[in-house]
Amino acid sequence: MTSTADRLVEFDDVLTRYEPVIGLETHVELGTASKMFCGCATTFGAEPNTHTCPVCLGMPGSLPVANAAAVEATIKIGLALGCRIANWSRFARKNYFYPDIPKGFQTSQYDEPLCVAGHLDVEVDGTTHRVEIERVHLEEDTGKNLHVGGATGRIHGADHSLIDFNRAGIPLVEIVTRPVPGAGRLAPEVARAYVTELREIVQALGVSDVRMEQGSLRCDVNISLNPVGDLEWGTRTETKNVNSLRSVERAVRFEMRRQAAVLDGGGRIVQETRHFHEDTGSTSSGRSKEEATDYRYFPEPDLVPLAPDAEWIEKLRAELPELPAARRTRLQQEWGISGTEMTWLANAGALGLVEQTVAAGATPGDARKWWLGDLARRANEAGTELAELSITPAQVAELVRLVNEGTINDGLARQVLDGVLAGQGDPAQVVEAQGLAVMGESDELVAAVEAAIAGAPDVIAKVKAGKVQALGALVGAVMKTTRGKADAPTVKRMLEERVLGS
Amino acid sequence: MTGTSSDLTRADVAELSRLLGSGEVSAVEVTRAHLDRIAADDGRLGAYLHVEDDAALAAAAAVDQARATGAELGPLAGVPLALKDLVVTEGVPTTSGSKILEGWRPPYSATVATRLAEAGTVLLGKTNMDEFAMGSSTENSAYQVTRNPWDAERIPGGSSGGSSAAVAGHLAPWSIGTDTGGSIRQPAALTGLVGHKPTYGSVSRYGLIAFSSSLDQAGPMARTVLDAAVMHEVIGGHDPRDSTSIDTPLARLADAAREGAAGDLRGVRVGVVRELGGEGHAEGYEPGVLARTREAIEVLAGLGAEVTEVSCPSFDLALPAYYLIAPSEASSNLARYEGVRFGLRAGDDGSRDLDEVMAITREQGFGPEVKRRIILGTYALSSGYYEAYYGQAQKVRTLITRDFSAAFAGVDVLVSPTTPTVAFPIGTRVDDPISMYAADLCTLPASLAGLPAISVPSGLSEGLPVGLQVMAPALADDRCYRVAAALEAAQDAARGHRLLDELGTPAGAA
Repeated sequence: MTSTADRLVEFDDVLTRYEPVIGLETHVELGTASKMFCGCATTFGAEPNTHTCPVCLGMPGSLPVANAAAVEATIKIGLALGCRIANWSRFARKNYFYPDIPKGFQTSQYDEPLCVAGHLDVEVDGTTHRVEIERVHLEEDTGKNLHVGGATGRIHGADHSLIDFNRAGIPLVEIVTRPVPGAGRLAPEVARAYVTELREIVQALGVSDVRMEQGSLRCDVNISLNPVGDLEWGTRTETKNVNSLRSVERAVRFEMRRQAAVLDGGGRIVQETRHFHEDTGSTSSGRSKEEATDYRYFPEPDLVPLAPDAEWIEKLRAELPELPAARRTRLQQEWGISGTEMTWLANAGALGLVEQTVAAGATPGDARKWWLGDLARRANEAGTELAELSITPAQVAELVRLVNEGTINDGLARQVLDGVLAGQGDPAQVVEAQGLAVMGESDELVAAVEAAIAGAPDVIAKVKAGKVQALGALVGAVMKTTRGKADAPTVKRMLEERVLGS
Repeated sequence: MTGTSSDLTRADVAELSRLLGSGEVSAVEVTRAHLDRIAADDGRLGAYLHVEDDAALAAAAAVDQARATGAELGPLAGVPLALKDLVVTEGVPTTSGSKILEGWRPPYSATVATRLAEAGTVLLGKTNMDEFAMGSSTENSAYQVTRNPWDAERIPGGSSGGSSAAVAGHLAPWSIGTDTGGSIRQPAALTGLVGHKPTYGSVSRYGLIAFSSSLDQAGPMARTVLDAAVMHEVIGGHDPRDSTSIDTPLARLADAAREGAAGDLRGVRVGVVRELGGEGHAEGYEPGVLARTREAIEVLAGLGAEVTEVSCPSFDLALPAYYLIAPSEASSNLARYEGVRFGLRAGDDGSRDLDEVMAITREQGFGPEVKRRIILGTYALSSGYYEAYYGQAQKVRTLITRDFSAAFAGVDVLVSPTTPTVAFPIGTRVDDPISMYAADLCTLPASLAGLPAISVPSGLSEGLPVGLQVMAPALADDRCYRVAAALEAAQDAARGHRLLDELGTPAGAA
């Protein structure tokens, strides 16, 4: 069960002896209004089993009808990934028994997928890595099992299970890469950058909200190692349900280190699925391929083949929005930043946030400074994504404005951020509520300045003797008594007026 | 004429429609006559699995009330009917002949059931069938044996044997059957009825409990060709809930039946399929069946049809192809019966895990023929065997379709016996699946090609009914009705009465 027993090789060591090959299978839940094969709603978070009907419950006699909007969304994803769109494509039944698949099979696609042979270029550390896309196909999601009574929420130790079929039948697009060799030590980052880029593309297309924490984007990560220089790839493992960008990177890193240890010890890698554990960043053995199900795929006889006509495909191609790579090139120019900086922004998942912050009135430099600085640090500390922080681009822009107007300084701004992130409202509200605004030349500040002068006659003597820079110590003292709320240049000016009489 | 209740149960739908429309009888009277007859006679026949009783009378009373208030009612308002038990009916038990669905009351209705209800028909009950429509004798029902009204020791055909027994035994004026490899046509032939399997996709499958999705079709089983055509017009036509449903208007079927009954088949080219009982292919066919078939073809020729012999060599491969495709699809279609959401759940005593409970449920819930076909189909779809079995069978299907296309280049319809034999005695084939499967020899080709085919009585052999099958190109169901109606009218006229009239009212029935 636990993976604490796994021996691990230091990451840098892995690379001295092995080369990784990675592959990713990504599931995207489409944001269509209705499910894949029936009219039920797809909204997240409804009471269990309220978005169901005879079709998505697999009642005897019910039949599926394919959702045209989902087919269109899949074609758009295929086009954005440079795929060839099949003019003849079929659904297939993937047969296996599990309580969360109501029909005893999942309606998916097998050897006749809707989109094939595309690619996605991702940039890591200034180098471009081409990830070949094998296929993009359309299928339906499963229901959700809820295991009750155990400590972990897993099936082991639970005393009963409940099934929510609200998710059953939600359209799911599966994007499968070809194996990606040659990434070397960058393999974890390439995997992450690929998922990041894919997520941005899907977001740009507007066909899914791609929220990993809600499961609308889920990743299975395949990894194998082969000795450096070997032409033959090693046996791969498939780590299932890796559900954040950070976890994708961690899962690759962990599997590389674990597999290297197994291989170093003369062992062999078992072809198996593995579970990813968010808490420890480790993986543990699931089901091995030797005992895997034979899915007995065959063409779904209840659905007619999909034969999108060329005219429709060209229309969709023409309507594609600006894709993230093109957008980055454009923004890089508009913002006057380097390619590396842009890659940084993108890989941090900050591009859209910065763009929206700029749109809300901040300068590109200020927007980048906050998102990549304080906010990135906080996201990292919380183990979450930037976009999941509870602050909006508009709020960041407001913060920037307050700083630029002199209402607050950078130090105060960090306190304001704390308030916003803690749910205390917009920056201006936090400033108001906590009294965080920079002091003007108020009585309080005058008193503080005069107290500082009175308390440091030796300093005053030095200043009057010509060592003007000694005033800096007094500025610091005033800032301290005002707990950072004073504006340092104002304090300096006030001191000079009083001491030098200028 | 005000019918006695016996008259009402012996009337065909055209007659009932006239009596109800003119107000000579009430819907309640018609329904009660049938319910009385069921009460008196179904203990012997075993046609029904569930009888609606009060609900049927209430529905009939509602029709009468509507008529009394002067509402515009359709011609079928108040006409009773029986549905094969795989037609899903909201709130009415629906078992598909299986213990695994015992007690299930569906939350929705099949499109065919809805359309018939909207036409004002009154549901008498649900009829017995081979479990999940797998069988040719109704002996594979998990519930009861159904007897042939012509000879209680014989099977009524299958899988729609409850429907054939009910309609031939005058326990319902007509019924919906379903046909995957012959399950409408074969029982109709063996009980002296008309049964039509529509063009695949021309009647909605939404709400029909699936056996083999690429083959299943619902269709009418009736006492006359015209009644069958009328029912087909009610249930047929495009349904957006079934994506294999064809979006073109139905041919004019009742008109075709009337036209055929007028007796003029000049210009109609009839092909007799050599591979279905013809020269060199008569093994397994009873002489009496072949004789009735020859005579029927002579009748058609006498009405002006041009008759030629046609060869369809791939038809010899239909049986093995069918017994790979249908079980393959069934193995998947029946995976949903595992005790999680509806129907039987067995072995869930808290000591067993999920896989065990599913296995025990399926072990207890399915009968031997269903298990046989699930195993067969699972094997045929397995990795490494798929191409050799399922793949090859699909290729045979293409060959059969090509044979039909070639044949229809030269003829308008194809004819054959519907079944190689008359109804066989109960219990004689149930332990020999291959001989049971042979009962569908003549009906399988049209099923595999998705073509319309009708069975119409052609006479008796050894006192038991024989059927003639008339097959037509896709969407030309009207040709089936026209030729069948011509044969029916000519034979009824020559005989002086309908074939079914030779089946007396059994003692004990009113």
